[in-house]
Amino acid sequence: MGLLSSTVSITRYRVEGKLEKPVPEIMAKCLEKNAIPDIDDDVSEKTVGWTSFDRPFSPDFEGSSFLIGTYFIFSLRIDKKTVPPILIKKHCAVETARRLAATGRKYLSRDEKRMIKEHVISVLTLRIPATPNVYDLIWNYEESFLWFFSTLKSANEELETLFFKSFQLPLIRLFPYTTADLVMGLSDTQRDILVKLSATDFTE
Amino acid sequence: MLDVAVSYNRYKFLGYEYLTWLWFVIEKDQDEIKKLEQEPVFLQIGNRIVLVNRQKDTVESITIKGDDAGLEEGLLALRKGAVVTELNLSYKTGDQEWRFTIKAECLHMVGLKCPQTGSVESQEDLEGAVLEKVYLYDKAIQLTDNLFKQFMTLRVSEDWDKKVVPLIRQWIYS
Repeated sequence: MGLLSSTVSITRYRVEGKLEKPVPEIMAKCLEKNAIPDIDDDVSEKTVGWTSFDRPFSPDFEGSSFLIGTYFIFSLRIDKKTVPPILIKKHCAVETARRLAATGRKYLSRDEKRMIKEHVISVLTLRIPATPNVYDLIWNYEESFLWFFSTLKSANEELETLFFKSFQLPLIRLFPYTTADLVMGLSDTQRDILVKLSATDFTE
Repeated sequence: MLDVAVSYNRYKFLGYEYLTWLWFVIEKDQDEIKKLEQEPVFLQIGNRIVLVNRQKDTVESITIKGDDAGLEEGLLALRKGAVVTELNLSYKTGDQEWRFTIKAECLHMVGLKCPQTGSVESQEDLEGAVLEKVYLYDKAIQLTDNLFKQFMTLRVSEDWDKKVVPLIRQWIYS
């Protein structure tokens, strides 16, 4: 989901720590190193990496293009190849029939069937192009927060993993406890009370 | 700090209580909202509330939808011990309106619709459009942060049990 879409969903994070200086150059290096690789001519079923916000299908981090105003803005891209099960079934049936005819046997062993299936999936994965999913993010570096424009669990998990791998900075998801503890500016006494809280019963 | 997964589950109730309090404040105590913002704001329940009642082994979900839906069933559910898990809000200031849903457990902001912005026709327009959008998202986030801060300040004070909870109960059973 893009940050310029008419309707968006946002997951908020706090970024723990800072990059080494000069920040824009370090950032560009980290993004380039973990940019999305092309898997269209590869047997990989899935790949995850960074891409440019303004050019998601040809990542380019040259010239601090990811810097807009005081924000770092770039995107997480997840490319996935999905082979329809019916296509796998069809090609397995064709290959099984071919092999039976060639050997003159009536049945194939379980291992042979498994190998045929693996081969078919591998051949089809190579032929099928990957479907890209792009999720934008805004990183307010000075204030150490990040908005990720998706609430999908899988996309958020990929973001957290790749972000740490790329920048060696942990992302802390902001849900009620972490927001109260890290963002609301509570005093030490208030935070001590927070830890001991239990649910209120509103019924009489 | 507590382990993230542990604290997510252990303190989910803060999100439910926040949305229940927010509903109460919108219905009964708009002054609480006005004092948070410098400019006049108008915050209303939008077109959707989801409540969940977990009792023993059963889970009952109550969804109230519609622009002018009556919320009596929601109050009835609260009386039976349900908690608010999602709340759609309409936030207006001047002639601008934001609409979004807050999910209690994770504080995700879902389906955020901001005031209309100009279209992007060239690469040069992009930077301005992005900054305008960021400003508009930030307005909605600032509002919810201020509300959550107000809630948390009350929640960790003695006023919560002594003053706020009795008022919320009074509203639920009115």
